[in-house]
Amino acid sequence: MIQLKTFLVIGALLFCIGLFGLLQRRSLIAMLISVELMLNAVGINFLAFNRFLAPDPAVGQIMVLFVMGIAAAETAIALSIILSLFRRQRSINIEEAAELKG
Amino acid sequence: MNPTLNQYLSPEILTQAIFVLAVLVTLGGALLAVLHREIVHNIFGLATCVCGVAGLFIFLNSEFLAVMAILIYVGAISVAIVYAVMLSVPLYRKKEPRRLSKLALSFLSSALAFTSLVLIIIRTPWEPSGVTGADWSIRRLGILLFTRYELLFELISLVLLVAIVGAIITAAVVNKKEPGPGSGEGQA
Repeated sequence: MIQLKTFLVIGALLFCIGLFGLLQRRSLIAMLISVELMLNAVGINFLAFNRFLAPDPAVGQIMVLFVMGIAAAETAIALSIILSLFRRQRSINIEEAAELKG
Repeated sequence: MNPTLNQYLSPEILTQAIFVLAVLVTLGGALLAVLHREIVHNIFGLATCVCGVAGLFIFLNSEFLAVMAILIYVGAISVAIVYAVMLSVPLYRKKEPRRLSKLALSFLSSALAFTSLVLIIIRTPWEPSGVTGADWSIRRLGILLFTRYELLFELISLVLLVAIVGAIITAAVVNKKEPGPGSGEGQA
C-alpha cells in the first residue's frame, strides 16, 4: 500500500484540490492558500520519486527545500501586493480589480 | 509491550493505520482550505493539510523536510497570511453568493486534470534506477548544500532577500494620490 503510485495519486489529488480552489475562489488570500496546496503536492511528488526511483536520496530533498524557499518568497510578495491592493480598492475580491481592463 | 496487544496491533497494521490517518488529515485539511467560505478557517485547513503532508514526508524517509514543512508553512506562512487577513478583510462583510456556473466549470476542469494525471501515473512503467544511494542523513544534505548546490543556495538566499525588501516596499510605501487607509469609499 505504501508504494510509489499511492503517493503520486495523493499528490495529484492535492494538486487538483488546489487547482479547484484557485479557479473557484474570488478572494486573493484564498487563491494564495490554494497555490500553497499545489506547491505541497509538488513536494510530495518530488519526495516520492526521491524515495522510490532516484539514485541519490539527497537530491530530491534539496529540491523540495528550494521549493519551500520559493514558496516563502512568493507568499511575502503576494501578501504585500494584497495589502497594497486592499489599500487602493478597499477590497481583495479578484473580480473588482479590473482597472487595467481596456 | 503486552503480547496480546502486540498480537492485535502488529507494527505493519499500525504503520498502515498511521499512513491512512496522514492521508486523511492531508486531504481533509485541503478540502477545508478550499471549500469553506470563512477565510480564517481556510488558513486552519492549510495548516492541518501541511501537518498531514509532513506525516507523508516521514513515510518517504525525509524527517528533516517534515520538520521544515511544519516550521515554514505552519510557523511562518500561515501566520503571515493571518496577519494579512487582519490587515485587510473585514470579517463581518456580507459574502456574495457563489456562481454555480463558475463552480461547475472549475470542478469540471480540475476533475479533468485529475483524471489525466491519474491515467499518466497508472500507465507509466516506473522503473527505479539501478544504483540507489542509502545515505539519508541530514549531514549529507548539509554537505551537498555547501558543495554541489552552493550556487543554488546562495541564489535562493538572494531571492529571499529581494522578496522581503520588495514586499516591504510594496506594502509600506503609500502613494499620496491614492485614497489612504481611512478614506476609502466602501467602509462596510
